[in-house]
Amino acid sequence: MSSWSTYQSWIPLLAILVSLAAVPLIILSSRRPNLREFWTIGAGVGKFALVFSLLPPLFQHRLAVLNLGEIVTGVPFALKADAVGVFFALIASFLWILTSFYSIGYVRGLSEHKQTRYFAYFAVCLSSTIGIAFSANLATFIIFYEILTIATYPLVIHKETEEAIRAGRKYLAYTLTAGVFLIAAATWTYLLTGSLDFIPGGLLQNTPLASQTAVTLFVLFMFGVGVKAAIMPLHSWLPTAMAAPTPVSALLHAVAVVKSGVFGVIRVSEFTFGPQLLKDYHLDSILLVGASATIILASFLALKEDNLKRRLAYSTVAHLSYIVLGVGLVSSAALLGGMLHLAFHATMKITLFFCAGAIYVHLHKEKVSELDGIGQAMPWTMGAFAVGSLGLVGLPPVNGWLSKWCLGWGSVTAERPLFLIVLILSGLLNAAYFFPIVYRAFFRPAKEKYSGEASPLMVVPLVITAGLSIFFGIFPDVGFKLFQLAKEAAILLFGGLR
Amino acid sequence: MLSNSPALPPLIYLLTGIFIPLAAWKWKKLSFWLALGATSAATFFSFFNLSQALSQGSVSYRFGGWIPPIGIEYVLDPLSGFVTSVINFIAFVVIIYAYRSVAQEIREFRWTPFYALVMLFLSGANGIIMTGDFFNLYVFLEIGSLSLYGLIALGDKKSPVAAFRYLIMGTVGGGFYLLGVGFTYLVTGSLNMGDVHHILFNLSPSPPLIVAMTLMLIGLGIKMAVFPLHGWLPDAYTHAPSAVSAIMAPIGTKIGAYAIARIFFFIFGVKLITQVIPAAQVLSWLSAIGIVYGSIMAMAQNEIKRMLAYSSIAQVGYIGLGLGLVSPYGFIGALLHILNHGLMKACLFLVAGNFRLKLGHSRIDRLDDSLRQSMPWSSAAFTVAALAMIGVPPTVGFFSKWYLALGTIETKNWLFLAVILISSLLNAVYFFRVIERMYFPSQKLTKASKNSFNEPKMGKREVSFSLLLPTLILALALVVVGFLNTWIVKTILMKALPAGL
Repeated sequence: MSSWSTYQSWIPLLAILVSLAAVPLIILSSRRPNLREFWTIGAGVGKFALVFSLLPPLFQHRLAVLNLGEIVTGVPFALKADAVGVFFALIASFLWILTSFYSIGYVRGLSEHKQTRYFAYFAVCLSSTIGIAFSANLATFIIFYEILTIATYPLVIHKETEEAIRAGRKYLAYTLTAGVFLIAAATWTYLLTGSLDFIPGGLLQNTPLASQTAVTLFVLFMFGVGVKAAIMPLHSWLPTAMAAPTPVSALLHAVAVVKSGVFGVIRVSEFTFGPQLLKDYHLDSILLVGASATIILASFLALKEDNLKRRLAYSTVAHLSYIVLGVGLVSSAALLGGMLHLAFHATMKITLFFCAGAIYVHLHKEKVSELDGIGQAMPWTMGAFAVGSLGLVGLPPVNGWLSKWCLGWGSVTAERPLFLIVLILSGLLNAAYFFPIVYRAFFRPAKEKYSGEASPLMVVPLVITAGLSIFFGIFPDVGFKLFQLAKEAAILLFGGLR
Repeated sequence: MLSNSPALPPLIYLLTGIFIPLAAWKWKKLSFWLALGATSAATFFSFFNLSQALSQGSVSYRFGGWIPPIGIEYVLDPLSGFVTSVINFIAFVVIIYAYRSVAQEIREFRWTPFYALVMLFLSGANGIIMTGDFFNLYVFLEIGSLSLYGLIALGDKKSPVAAFRYLIMGTVGGGFYLLGVGFTYLVTGSLNMGDVHHILFNLSPSPPLIVAMTLMLIGLGIKMAVFPLHGWLPDAYTHAPSAVSAIMAPIGTKIGAYAIARIFFFIFGVKLITQVIPAAQVLSWLSAIGIVYGSIMAMAQNEIKRMLAYSSIAQVGYIGLGLGLVSPYGFIGALLHILNHGLMKACLFLVAGNFRLKLGHSRIDRLDDSLRQSMPWSSAAFTVAALAMIGVPPTVGFFSKWYLALGTIETKNWLFLAVILISSLLNAVYFFRVIERMYFPSQKLTKASKNSFNEPKMGKREVSFSLLLPTLILALALVVVGFLNTWIVKTILMKALPAGL
């Protein structure tokens, strides 16, 4: 393992701030929608460029760090762009650009109210997501995590209907509760170790812990990050939150917010506890049982759901636990698979949500049972939907196969082949709940007469994400070097890839 | 002049309080300007005092040059410097607010008494904090309380009853404290705090001392509104004029908390209050119950000011709990919360006052989403303060929660940890109830019931600038102080810890 060096850099902070700086501009240009959306797109492109510029030094094993003084006594407000963080930030910031275009098509197509508020809070959400990705310690992480919780709320209740407000309440009840668990866990960790830094191999690895303490602390942490990661039984806010506009569901409830939770699972398990402690105290079994149960149960729940977005939400719940499973297997290959799934599930699921939104805006259909024959009218949309479905089932060449392959490989090298069965079973269930939709769309006769595709502002992004899904399935290392990044992270944590 | 600075804040207020009725009898407006001048001068001197205390350590100021324990001594140390700075700054901001709010809420012939009483109240508050003498503290306690009774009675129709109730309870509290002082004198033969501390050091605890401590805890507990001694608080906060609520809520109860911290932790010492009598344990348990009780009662209220009053009982509980933990982090959390809660509650009461001035009421069930159009800034300030109460970073509330959580874990009080964290969720419940009302169209409110509200529509616009400015200053301070929290903790509060923690 070659050594890592660090260098001072403002780029991680700028990447966080660029969308925050766009917020006042968005609000000030509320009367000029085109200018307003220009700021969003500009911030998105700027953010992605900044994150991307962190890649080359990273591959030379140089980490961008920034220390801005103490945020609470003994703990600095510090940023660090390590492989795991950059990986997450790349995906989130890139998909934000596409989602912004899509959002324009969506809110204008529906003539939504309060579009300025929508774009402004969207930008705040992305700022905090990147902040979560680049946090160098738990205190910084919690701060961005809590800001994300609050900034998502106005997006969940965007429609301001009774249903949306109720969804908002449920969302807050779950996520704020999670937040206090996280504070309890973090303060306790601080008193145990005198630090909150994320250290590869685990902050707690050299601290003598009673078994009871380790388990309690870990469970507290998992309540804290598990809500956003939608591990059962903490998942039920996610299907309810589908009351939000579709682009919100697409980016936040399939990528940014939920993946922040999963990212938290990775940070806590690998950087706070560390692989060794996970094994020593059998904490991995907590993760494995939770993840496996979630994968299977959520897939069954998805089967019976007729509302398209809610079906996708349950599918998201299941797929998030793939990543948790990858962490829980405590093997480098499984972690690689989990991290790849973090990115690849994002491209696939965002495609599916984009499709659901395009169908809703164009045809005002929300239910699976109403989708008969729409494939003829919307071939691009439903074609992309088919690609996403294939990927989530795990069929090559769409990228989902690769992450599943690595997860399977990991479960074999970790000598836990049982979880291979979970993966296979879940793949079948995925087929069972996705293929009927594709079948209905293309092979059932249409009940009404439909005309044409949705606005290109919506169709082009979803075709791009579908294309990306295939592209990453064949060339996982071209462009973003996602594969290599994930590999770096796995090697960093486990000392090698096995 | 500057060498007298420890004595200046209480004296400035006292003299202004006496001078206002004389000078402003003919020119009513002058009373406001005098009050503003006094608060700004006092704020300046208390910040100056704080910096002195930080750079030079403890300063003992002798009144009239008499040597303690014969004469009266004022003690300026980081703790007293910090708390005076907090209350004088908040008082300064609220006095700006009072200009218009008093003009609209209180009849003209009462303007002068209002400002005079506020000055006397602040004089009492500053005196309690600065003094190093048990009996002198009692005198200032009574000055502050008596003027507060008068201030509360300036409010709406029910306010005289609330004021009378507070008068009864406050007098009982003062009486308990005085009895406690008597017993302390019996044991030690001194009224000077530092002197008492030294005498007690060589004295084995005796029954009269235990009685003294118990009586003082009860007496000051009433002033601090520790559960179950809080009975006077909800009515007093609800029915007092907006400006009075906003000055009383951040300052009134904190002084009780300060007095408990000063007398029990610095004078009696950690050993006496944990090993001889379980004063700290009792305080933390009562506070914990108060946190839960206050939060639940706040959820049941339909009037913003009343909700904030119950929330104050809960928040004072945070301070009491932090003190009662007898741990460095708990103590820091409690002191930080004196500042944080002062800012939050002042801001919230100012917004409630804005609603009353513009809408004629501050009832939650009558708020609707027209507010976000008509009073966007007030609503935004309310939301920021509400988020601070819930403890969302980077606002101040998060950091209180953080240090208090550290304190509870440090002492392995898991139940108290749960209480603090659950209470922040309960805060979310009752504040989001209001936020939902302010920002989202109400589905349940039918047209018929909407029409039945015959309120005087006092214009659809935001309140005037002089009301808005203090509100926004406080809302902004909630975020700024949040960022500064480490600095405050490291440079001020760590130096303010009592010996033995």
